[in-house]
Amino acid sequence: MSAPLLGQGIFKGLAETARNFFGSYVKKDRLITVQYPEERLPQTEAARSFPVLVYDGDDWQKGLRCVACLICEKECPPQCIYIVKDTVRKPDAAGKLQFQPRVFDIDISVCMSCQICVEVCPFDAIKMDVQYELSTGDRFGTLLLRKQQLAKPNQYYHQIHPTEAAEVDAHLSADKAKAKAAPTPKPA
Amino acid sequence: MTQAYVETPRSEGASAQGIPAPEGAGAPNYTVTPKRAPDGTLQGDLLEVSMGPQHPSTHGVFRMDVVLDGERVMKLKPVFGYLHRNHEKIGENTTYLGSMPYTDRLDYFCSLTNNWAYALTVEKLAGLQPPERAEYIRVITAELTRLQNHVSLVGFLLQDMGAMGTPLMYAFRERERILDLFESLTGARMMCNYMRFGGCRCDLPPGWLEQAQQAVNEFPRFLDEFEALLSGNEILLARTQGVGVLPRELAVNASITGPMLRASGVNYDIRKVDQYGIYDRFKFRVPLGDHGDVYDRYMIRILEMRESVGILQAALRDIPAGPIVDPKAKLRGFRPKPGEVYGRIESPKGELGFYIISNGSPNPYRYRVRPPSFINLTILEDICLGHHVADVVIILGSVDIVMGEVDR
Amino acid sequence: MGTLDEIKARLEAAVPGASIEIVPNANPDSRPSLLVDNPHALAVARFLRDDPSLRFEYASNVTGVDWLDTVSQEKRNVKQVIDGVEREIEQTTELKKPGYLEVVYHLYSMELKHGPVVLRLRTGNRTDNARVPSLTPVWRGAEFQEREVYDLYGIIFDGHPDLRRILMWDEFKDFPMRKDYVEPDDYEYEPTPHDDVLEKARRHYPVEGKS
Repeated sequence: MSAPLLGQGIFKGLAETARNFFGSYVKKDRLITVQYPEERLPQTEAARSFPVLVYDGDDWQKGLRCVACLICEKECPPQCIYIVKDTVRKPDAAGKLQFQPRVFDIDISVCMSCQICVEVCPFDAIKMDVQYELSTGDRFGTLLLRKQQLAKPNQYYHQIHPTEAAEVDAHLSADKAKAKAAPTPKPA
Repeated sequence: MTQAYVETPRSEGASAQGIPAPEGAGAPNYTVTPKRAPDGTLQGDLLEVSMGPQHPSTHGVFRMDVVLDGERVMKLKPVFGYLHRNHEKIGENTTYLGSMPYTDRLDYFCSLTNNWAYALTVEKLAGLQPPERAEYIRVITAELTRLQNHVSLVGFLLQDMGAMGTPLMYAFRERERILDLFESLTGARMMCNYMRFGGCRCDLPPGWLEQAQQAVNEFPRFLDEFEALLSGNEILLARTQGVGVLPRELAVNASITGPMLRASGVNYDIRKVDQYGIYDRFKFRVPLGDHGDVYDRYMIRILEMRESVGILQAALRDIPAGPIVDPKAKLRGFRPKPGEVYGRIESPKGELGFYIISNGSPNPYRYRVRPPSFINLTILEDICLGHHVADVVIILGSVDIVMGEVDR
Repeated sequence: MGTLDEIKARLEAAVPGASIEIVPNANPDSRPSLLVDNPHALAVARFLRDDPSLRFEYASNVTGVDWLDTVSQEKRNVKQVIDGVEREIEQTTELKKPGYLEVVYHLYSMELKHGPVVLRLRTGNRTDNARVPSLTPVWRGAEFQEREVYDLYGIIFDGHPDLRRILMWDEFKDFPMRKDYVEPDDYEYEPTPHDDVLEKARRHYPVEGKS
C-alpha cells in the first residue's frame, strides 16, 4: 500500500474526512447525531429495562395477574425478586380462586434486565418495561420497588409492547372462553 | 481492600491449612537493578512504571508493570484481576439457564457469540439439536457481532495511535446500525441474552431481515471509505509495520488464537476446522498475515470483515422458515445427564471455549470459560521487548483484550 | 490420530514406566480422557507434542476441578452367627473415598487439525500433597492458566516459571474456587438488602435493616 508520493496516503485520508464533513451538510445519512433530549429515536418494541406487574381492569389489587407461584423468584439469576405469599386468596379473571402475593419486591439495583422472569412466568403477569429515563436525585430511595409501584395497567402494556400485548390478550381470552365452556367445580 | 475486610475463621476443610505457598510467591520474579558500564560507573537507572489500571489506553482495568530504560521496554508484567467477578463460582451456584445472562457480560462487546458458545456446549452435553432457522439466525447474529467488534477494535486502535476520535466515530456510526438491529431482535443492545439451549429465544420481528440486508449491503462501501482513510496513511504504516512481531512457533506454543494467530501466518480458524453450526455451507476465505506485526493484525481484521459480509449476504438470502427451538428442549427443570464436555467457537477475539462437568443436578458441577483474551496476553511481554512505551499501547490495542473476559 | 487406546499404547511404549489410565466420560457425545501419573507427565506431554503423527502442539484449555472427599454407604448381606443360629444380616460399611484436585488439559493439533485429547493430572489429596508438575515448559500457553488454577484452587505446579496469584490480589489467603470455601465476613453497605444479605446487614448494623 505504499504511495509513490510521500504524504499521499495522509492526503487521501484528509480528503475522506472532508467528504464526510462537508457531506453532512448536504446528505441526511452522513449527519447521524440525534440531538437528544430535543429529538428522540423511536422506541423499539422489544426493548427491556426493568420488570413491571400487569393488572387487568381498574383496581390494581383485584386485577393483578400474579398468583405468587414463585417461579420467577426461583429462576431469577441474581435473585432480585422477593415474594411472600398471602393467605387470602382472590378470584382471577376466569373466576377461579388463586393465591396472590402479599409482598412482591424487586431490587432494581440488583436486577440485570435479563428477561428470564418474563419468559418463565406461566400467567403473563410480569413483563418488561421500556423506560430508560430513570434518573432521580434520591440516591437509595427508589431502588427497591414494591408491589404498588410495580403494578401497571394492561393499557400501559398495550402502549409499550403492542404486538405482544395483543397476543397475550388473545390467548388469555381464549383460556377464559374455554373455562366458561367447560366449567370446573370451584375448589372450596 | 475495604476497611470492612475482617479476618474471620476460615473454612474447616483442609483447604486453607497445609498448602504452602511456593517460594517467593506474591513477589514478581525479577528485580530491577541499575544499569552499570563495564567499569562499574552508574550509567542510568531503569525506571519502573506502572501503566496502572486507570489509564485511557489500556482497554479496561488492566495494569502493566513496565521496566524502562529511557523509553525502551526492558520487562513488562501484566497484572489483572481488577474485574474478577467470580463468574465460574456463580456458574456453579446458578442453573444452566441462569448462567446465560452472565455469559453476555464476559466479553461485553460480543455478547451473542458468548451466548452461542455456551448454548453450543450445553447442547452437546444434553444432546439437543437446534432447527435450521435457529442455526441461520445464530450465524447471522454471530457474523454481525464479528463486524461490530472488528470495526470498534480498529477504531480503538487508531484512537490509541493518536487519531483523536475520527476513525473511532466512523466505526461507531456503523456499529450503531448493528446495535439497533440487535435491539429490535433481542431487546438490548449489548447484553443480548438471546440464545437458548436448542435454539433461540424469539423469532425475527417483521422487517428485520430487510433492515439487516440494508445494513449489510452498505457495509462494504463503508469499509472502502475506512480503508481510504487509514490503510495508506503513512503515519499508520510507520507506527505499525514491524512493531510487535509475533513469530509463528511462539504463537502456536503460547495457545494464541483468533486474528492474532492468523496474522502470524497460521491457518487455524475454528469455523473451518470444527465446522460447528452450519458453517460448512458458507464459502469464505481465511485471511493470513505474513509478518505478525500490528499492521498485519489490523489488515486481517479489515479482511475478515469483508469475508463476514459475504457470509451474511449468503445467510440472509438462504434463511428458511421454521421453528426456533428444538422441541425437546426444556426451559425450566433442565437437568442434563452426567458427563463432561468442551465446546468452542471462533469468537471475534479468538477461541472461546466452555468446559462444563455435569453431575445430573440443575447446576453445573464445574463451569469453566476458556477466555481468548486472557491467553492472548501470555506473550505480551515477548512482543513488547525493545519497543518504545508508545508502541506498547498500540501492541496492546492490537491484541484485542476485553477485561470482562480476561478476569471473568 | 487414531483412537485413544492406540494413543495410550504408543505412549506406554514411548515413555516407559508411565501409568496411563483411560477415564471414561459418561456423556456419549464426548471423549474419554487420559489420566497420567505425575512423575511421567512431562515426558508424556513432550511425546504428545513432538510425535509426528500426533503433533498436539496447541494446549487449548487448562482447568482445575475440585473433587471433595466422598463418603458412601455400602450395604452388604453378611452371614453371622448369633445365639448359635446362623443368620444373614445387612451390614452397612462406610466407604471413604479421599478427594483430590485435578488439572485437565485439552490438546488440539493446529498442524494436523485433529483433536481434542483430554489429559488429566491428579494431586495426591486436597491438603498437603496438592502438587503436580507444570506443563508450561512444553506448552507456553499453559503459563497464565496454571497460575489461575494455583490462585483459585491451590494446586502447586512444580517447574512453573512464575507461580503467583493472578486474579486475586497477592495477599489473599484462601482458594476461592474450592468447594468448601467460606466467604470472609466483609459486609459493605447495601441500599436494599434482602434475604441472606439482610441477615448480614442486621449483624453489622443493628439499627438498620428494615424489610
